[in-house]
Amino acid sequence: MAAYLPLFVALPLAAGFACLLIKGVAPRATPWLSVASMLGLLALAVGAVARGGVEVTFAGDWGLRPFGDGVWVSGVALVLDGLSRLFLLLVAVVGTASAIYALRYLAPEPGRPLFHVLFNLLVAGMNGALLAGDLFTLYVFVEVASIASYGLVAYRTGGTEVEAAFKYLVLGTLASTGILLGITVLYAATGFLNLADLAAAIAAGAVPPVALAFASGLFVLGFATKTAAMPFHAWLPDAHPSAPAPISAMLSGLLIKTLGIYALVRVFYVVVGMDEQVRLILTALGCLSMWGGVLLAQAQDDLKRILAFHSVSQMGYVLIALGLGTWLGVAAALFHAVNHALFKSALFLSSGSLERVTGTRKLSEMGGVFRRAPATSVGLVGACLSISGIPPFNGFWSKLLILIALVSGGQYLVALLAAGAALMTLVTFVKVQRKAVFGALPARLAGAREVPATMYLPVLALVVLCLLSGLLWPAGVDGVIGAAASAVRSPAGERPAAELYIESIHRSPSR
Amino acid sequence: MTFYALTLALLGVGLYGLLAKRNMLKKVLGLVILDYAVNLLLVAVGYRAGGGAPILLPGEDPAAFAAGSVDPLPQALVLTSIVIGLGATMLLVAMVLRLHQRYGTLDVDRMDRLKG
Amino acid sequence: MPSDRDGLSVIVQVVTRWILVLIVVYGFGVAFFGHLTPGGGFAGGVVIACGFVLATLAFGGRSGPAAAFHRRVASLEAAGALTYLGMAAIGWTVGHFMQAWTPRGADFTLASAPFLVVLNLAILLKVGAGLFAGFMVLVLFDRAPAAPRDGKGGG
Repeated sequence: MAAYLPLFVALPLAAGFACLLIKGVAPRATPWLSVASMLGLLALAVGAVARGGVEVTFAGDWGLRPFGDGVWVSGVALVLDGLSRLFLLLVAVVGTASAIYALRYLAPEPGRPLFHVLFNLLVAGMNGALLAGDLFTLYVFVEVASIASYGLVAYRTGGTEVEAAFKYLVLGTLASTGILLGITVLYAATGFLNLADLAAAIAAGAVPPVALAFASGLFVLGFATKTAAMPFHAWLPDAHPSAPAPISAMLSGLLIKTLGIYALVRVFYVVVGMDEQVRLILTALGCLSMWGGVLLAQAQDDLKRILAFHSVSQMGYVLIALGLGTWLGVAAALFHAVNHALFKSALFLSSGSLERVTGTRKLSEMGGVFRRAPATSVGLVGACLSISGIPPFNGFWSKLLILIALVSGGQYLVALLAAGAALMTLVTFVKVQRKAVFGALPARLAGAREVPATMYLPVLALVVLCLLSGLLWPAGVDGVIGAAASAVRSPAGERPAAELYIESIHRSPSR
Repeated sequence: MTFYALTLALLGVGLYGLLAKRNMLKKVLGLVILDYAVNLLLVAVGYRAGGGAPILLPGEDPAAFAAGSVDPLPQALVLTSIVIGLGATMLLVAMVLRLHQRYGTLDVDRMDRLKG
Repeated sequence: MPSDRDGLSVIVQVVTRWILVLIVVYGFGVAFFGHLTPGGGFAGGVVIACGFVLATLAFGGRSGPAAAFHRRVASLEAAGALTYLGMAAIGWTVGHFMQAWTPRGADFTLASAPFLVVLNLAILLKVGAGLFAGFMVLVLFDRAPAAPRDGKGGG
């Protein structure tokens, strides 16, 4: 019985509107509502992972209907396969950490209940996008999450934050409009919106090649902008630092993966098909992002901007692994996406804590907080080690797996570029650790105090998860991540994964 | 075919307004035009020559109705898309208002405080 | 538009009081019959929000029939959304989420789909309140540069 699937969207949506309802009478309860809804999602996601298989449910009692000479899907389908399962769990974990962090991070100002409304809407949108069984539902939930994030970036309504949100909104809406145009083209050519039916129709050649290329180009443009791949990254270095720290963690840790990577994988691996040009484009975008992000981060002094540029770079890694088109490539890409979500959100939350401890975001003004704020420092160092790729933390293993996938796929030049970028990442984060945590304490910070436990505990929990992910990675890759990869690309390449997806939908029980 | 070409031209106008203009309100207008151009295209895709409005009247035969009316699905999709565009536009205008309060100008170049 | 003016002239205010009633009735009508005729919850909500915008323009920001709603828009919006979710969730008890679980009457009448009628009304509440809240934020709060942004931008 897959009827519980809408709960992934309905729970945060209800929590968000409950926050709106009680904002006049009990505003201090709203952060706890967010924490409760995130914990509920965590329970649901763990339950979903434990069940396995492909689960399909339809909104209302619609479903498969005979029409013409076949049976087609009518109505809105919610589909949970291995890929969605992985990301749902990720959203729940990082969402819980951010919600707990936000308990004490945000002062109880009049606008805080509205923050929590938007926070819950953001999570509801992401979950809906992950479960969407047809292209338009995917688009709608991508928009819900995006618009919630535009509002959240502008939460502190100062000049720079609103300007960053403006740029983010303009580029984001441009991307979404491109996606809608692509959907229009595909609908005009096939008459289907459901992912399974579309995949079958495209595989059967119902879409003229020019139209398919046009739609694919629009999808790449749109979803690559959402992933902040270079050269479509212009909004991220301003938007992610301007947001409050828990939102930066959600944006860099989750949004660019669910609206970007997941959507790219779902649209290209399952629906449109990964042919030569698409793979080339993804690899090219990936290489550009990897190096562009790392190089541009060198010139920055603001800690959050450095982290933002490195998000671009790490997404580049994921893209080049996706561009391979093999099972190992997809598995490595997803593994790295999961790891990045864990350590990048830990990094952003730590940067918020550091800002609270030192009163600044500039690395040049920080130093030696290790004695004054030990828990924050440990969290930051752990997350820095993860992103730099130091064993036994998870970053090392996922980057290694990507390199192995590249080499076994024959992409030696790209593997070399990836290794070089990894080195530069290491250099940057050694510098970050040296300046922020170790070194001499400036005189004005002599009275600095540690942040509350609800702020450093989520970071430490995420770092522990990074460590576990690094130590237990073979089990992970065999288990959840492998299931995710197999959902879109069969291991030995014997059957196109789209067929598996389509069959699962058509075999689903419905009236 | 000319209809599609004109819609794409409208799309180009919106794109030009969004990207090339310096005044923020003109950018907002460009975005709105762009949004509606895509909506127009989506509705137009559902058109069937000589088809009637997709409202089933009492006494009409459902099968004949289904064969003779225009496609109602794009109309439902466009309704959703219009609402989404409305939400984004309202947010955008609120930001423009706030930026004008802060910086006293609507010119994007003059308020470019953020480094690339 | 300065928010501390009294609004427009007395004639406009008197006429607006009556017109507002008609507008609200029309909006509800469009929403009620949304499953039979074009319109539905969103269109009805937009009509009602525009009626309240008209009332705000006629009476100024501080008085008039619209001023009573200034504090309640957020709750009304949330109530609309939660009603929608509640109706959809009750569908779980009979089968699927968002299944039409109400008893059905004759075709082409108001009672032919009470489920849709309730959903349309919930959407009317949400959209009307949401749009009016957006209008309030854009127009009535523009005099306070340091005030925190109250009310989100629509949607």
